[in-house]
This record gives sequence, C-alpha cells and structure tokens, in this order.
Amino acid sequence: MREMTYVQALNEALREELIRDESVFIAGEDVGLYGGNLGVTRGLFQEFGQKRVKDTPISEAAIVGLGVGAAATGLRPCVEIMYVDFVGCCMEQILNQTSKLRYMFGGKIKLPLVIRTQGGAGFSAAAHHSQSLEAFFTHIPGLKVVMPSTPYDAKGLLKASIRDDNPVIFIEHKFLTDFKGPVPEDDYTIPLAEAELKRQGENATIITWSYMVHVALKAAERLAGEGIEVEVIDLRTLKPLDEKTVLGSVEKTGKVVILHEACRTSGFGAEVAAIIGDKAFDYLDGPIKRVTAPDTPVPFSPVLERFFMPDEEDVIRAIHETLG
Amino acid sequence: MAVQIEKGKHLDMYRTMTRIRGFEANVERLFAEGKIPGFVHLYLGEEAVATGVCAALREDDYINSTHRGHGHCVAKGGRLKEMFAEIYGKRTGYCKGKGGSMHIAAVEKGILGANGIVGGGLTLANGAAFSAQYRGTDQVAVCFFGDGATNNATFHEGINLAALWNLPVIFVCENNQFGMSVPQKNHQKIVDISIRAQAYGIPGITLDGNDVVKIYETALEAVNRARGDGGPTLIECKTYRHKGHFQGDPDTYRDKKEIKKWITERDPIQKYREFLLQSQIVSEKHLEAIDKEVEEEIIEAIRFAEESPLPAAEETLEDVYVEL
Repeated sequence: MREMTYVQALNEALREELIRDESVFIAGEDVGLYGGNLGVTRGLFQEFGQKRVKDTPISEAAIVGLGVGAAATGLRPCVEIMYVDFVGCCMEQILNQTSKLRYMFGGKIKLPLVIRTQGGAGFSAAAHHSQSLEAFFTHIPGLKVVMPSTPYDAKGLLKASIRDDNPVIFIEHKFLTDFKGPVPEDDYTIPLAEAELKRQGENATIITWSYMVHVALKAAERLAGEGIEVEVIDLRTLKPLDEKTVLGSVEKTGKVVILHEACRTSGFGAEVAAIIGDKAFDYLDGPIKRVTAPDTPVPFSPVLERFFMPDEEDVIRAIHETLG
Repeated sequence: MAVQIEKGKHLDMYRTMTRIRGFEANVERLFAEGKIPGFVHLYLGEEAVATGVCAALREDDYINSTHRGHGHCVAKGGRLKEMFAEIYGKRTGYCKGKGGSMHIAAVEKGILGANGIVGGGLTLANGAAFSAQYRGTDQVAVCFFGDGATNNATFHEGINLAALWNLPVIFVCENNQFGMSVPQKNHQKIVDISIRAQAYGIPGITLDGNDVVKIYETALEAVNRARGDGGPTLIECKTYRHKGHFQGDPDTYRDKKEIKKWITERDPIQKYREFLLQSQIVSEKHLEAIDKEVEEEIIEAIRFAEESPLPAAEETLEDVYVEL
C-alpha cells in the first residue's frame, strides 16, 4: 500500500470530500492561498477556488458562527481553528450554539459541521500553541470528538466526520504532521465510535489516543522485551466512546493504564477510569493508573516540555506499578 | 425614499404589531399567574422594529433573534399556538418544550431561533447569509440584537466578515437604551450605534425605532441591496421597552417619568393607529375588527397550549444527536 504523511492524508480527505459533495466548503485562517498553517489545505484553494476554500479574518467566533449558520441552512462546512488553544476566542459559539441548537430547537435542525483544529505539544510552542483540550469538548453534550493518531485514521475519520450530520470537533496532533503510514487509495471511512486494538497482550491494557498512541506502542515494544505483553487501545473517537472495546480488554487483562497528553485533573482519562470502575470493577486486579501531563501550563524550554509530556519511561513505570 | 405602501401591507403590519402586543400582554399575565415556567423577556414597546423589518422579508428569508425574541418570531410568521405551547413547556411547542421562551425556532419559516447569549447570533446570521450566497439564491438573513450586544466581540467579528464577503445580511440593532440595567451612556461612548457601520465599510442608519413605516421603508432598501449583491447594512432602531429587562425585574434603574412618557406618548402601535386613521388609509372600524380577530386568535392559541400534553420526562434524552 502507498504511504503518505498524516497531513497529506488529511489533505486528501478534504479534497475527496470537496469533489464528492458540492455542499462542502472550507473556511479558516490561512487555509486558502497559504494552504493552512501546517499545510493541511495545501493546493485546495488553487483547485477549488475561493468560493469553496475561504480565508477568513482572524476572527474565531466568526469562523465557528459561519459554520453553524451555514450548516443549519443546508451546507456542510469544514472550518478550521488554527490551534485548539484559540478556542478560547470562540468557545461561546461552540459551547452554546454549535452543540445546543439542535436540542434547543427540539431536533428540528441538523448541524453537519466539522471544526478541525490542531492540538498537542512537542515543538516548544509554549502554553498558547500546545494544549490538549479534548476534555472541554467531551463534556459538552451535542458534540462528537475525534482525535486520529495515524494517516490512515486521519483520512477515514475526517471523511466520516464531514459526512456525519452532527457537529464534530476534529483534533489533529501537530507532532504527527510528517508521520508516515499506509493509506489505501479507495474511498473509505472509519465509523465515529470505533476504537482500535493496536496491539494485543495478556498482562495489562493501555488506553490512549492521538500522539500518545505512538508512545504507548513504543513502551509496549520495550515491555515485550521484558516478557510483559500489554494491549494498546487507540480510542480514535472520544465521544461517542467505544466502551465495548475498552471493557472487553479490561476483562481480559484486569490491569489498566490510561495515557493522555492533557493535564491530569478532569482529563478524559478520569472519565474512562470512572466507566471502567463502574462497568468492569469485578475484572480489575489492581488500581487504574493514569499517565498524564502534570497540572501546569505547557512550558517552553525543551527540557521543561520533555518533562511535561508523558513518555515511554512514564508508561513503563506505570505498567510496572500496576503489575505490582 | 418615498415607497408607496399598499393598504394591504399597512393592514398586515398593523395586525402583526397587534398580535405581538396581544401575545406579550398575555405572556405577562400568564407568567404572573404562575402558568409559565422560567422567566420571560417581553417585547412590549418594541413591536415596530420586528414588524417593519420582517414586513420587508420573504417567507424563505432567514432571521435570528435574541432573548427578547417573541416579537421577531411572530413578525416572521411564527404561529401563536406553537409559540404559546413552547412557552408553556408543552410537547406541541415549536421546540417540543426543550427551548422555551428564549429559544423559539421555526426553521420552516426561516426563523433560525432566538438566542440566550447576548451577541450570540450575529455570526450565525452570517452563516445563513453565506449559505444563500453559496447556493446562489437571493435569500437574505436578518440578525436582531440589542445595544448591549454591540460591545461584544461577535458584533465586530461578525460585521467585519459580512462586509468583507459582501454577505446578504441585515444587522438590526434594537437600541432600547439599556444593556439590562446599564444605560447606553454608561456602556459605550457613542450615541448612534450605526456610526460603527462606517468602520466596516457598510451603510449604517439610525431610525426612530417606534415608527414602523420608516423602519419598513429602510429595511426594504437594505433588503433589496442585499438581494442585489450589495452587501450588508447596519440599521439602528432607537426604541424603549415598556417593561423591565425580564418579568420580575424591579426596574429601579429607569426614570418612572421616562417610562410613562414612552408608553403614553411614543407607543408604536398607538402612533401607527393614529397615522393610519389620519391618513384615511383605513377606518377605525376596520382596525377594531383586526383587534377582535387577533384577540380571538390569541385566546385560541392559549387554549391550545393549555390543553396540549406535556412531554414525557424521558424525552429529555432525545434530540441531542442525529442518530444514524
């Protein structure tokens, strides 16, 4: 199978959906001629023109509101908030408009809106360009939350998100920009709500998503060298959550480590832990461990940022702890 | 811009204003009687704005509205039965009892919903207007908002984008001179909000917001400009609410004499009635007949609401997402 980068896969998904459905359009900061901050929309302005690939002013609330109003009246907007950190400038439109209009109107409208954004640390971009804020969105009824970890998932999940009739917060990880992987040429989608078992094991389960999937897989590889076989689950879609895959693995291994790049307190890992505690308590052989960033803003200096981000060592330590 | 207004249009506008007045007077009464849950913001005194603007619209045009939104909904063709039922929290209401007073929407009439967030709707109206432009229709969108909203980021982001993209949208500021309790002079340094239009490169005009004919004429010009690809307009209508911000508001911040003056000397319906009679456009008998018909319509609508079933409690869980 051909290989392409995460960004190329996202770009191809957008291009194919623009071709497939006339009601799809793209809007955001620097998504036009410039091709997107990380290159995700590269070439689309040239191919589809300014009617369908629209540069906007630096006005995040106007971007999201545009998407909501257009989605409510028959279009399928795919708008971009350049960095997830910038949702601070448009959270009202997401929290009170995007997520709630359908419900408040008694189900009379649908909002097929995708809000693409990039999250995560690793580039010394500091506290305003590095956060992992998925828990903001999973806490809001009415939104779906998607966080792909590979080029294959990025393409299939983005196409599924664009075709979904609900608002989707689609958070890409900037550290995966140039990450390469196989991507088939055919038109495929990945259902929103299906986690993927990335690696099978008997001894423990690591539940994670986005860039941390790769950290988990590297840790699992090293643990295998010690004779410890861990299962790695990539949630891919945080909301709706694939509880079946999560609980099935917990039933099998009885040991759980939840790994995420976001800060610890009220992170999505707490929700996963609560679900496991509630629905698979009898299968647990030990406490559920969380490996997360500390409760600090994302620091700048590489040495500080490395400390901030969970790494393989942290995961291996947690697995050892949970195995006693 | 002397537009020749046909008698039928005058009668329609008189009826609309009377329907809004009757609707709101009854909401006030029913709320006091404890029949309506939550809280309500009455449009009494501001009827000319919604009426004049919506009289310039087609059924397939869009509007969105504010927390003080009953009048806009009536003026755009919302049915009183479903409106009362919604305010009563009944299943037969426009939003099946999920939205209530501040979120009435009638999408089939182009009513894209009232909004509980001050300034929450400007960007959404852009989205609807963009959708019309994108689909190549000549529909327009109107956004109603108050003076308080003009200090919100969405006002600036929204109008800037609409101007930049030449969107067919009309921004209608109902300047009732108070942002909740704070008088305009204490929340902004300008007197005429319409001057802000200049900053975005679009036409802006300030009107007597209690003169329905003038509002209709001005709105028609703005609507025609928007339909003809001439872009957005900011219309400021200076008006006054007869009641407090919400029902139960002690209204200690407004001068009692000032309130009395606006009610007795500047009431928009009384003024219009006098104009219609003095210009001999219509007879007193004809107006009385309309009054009577509206009264009966309202009695019937209230009966419908009161006799309608409540939603089943479990319906709480419906309409969050479009299910596949």
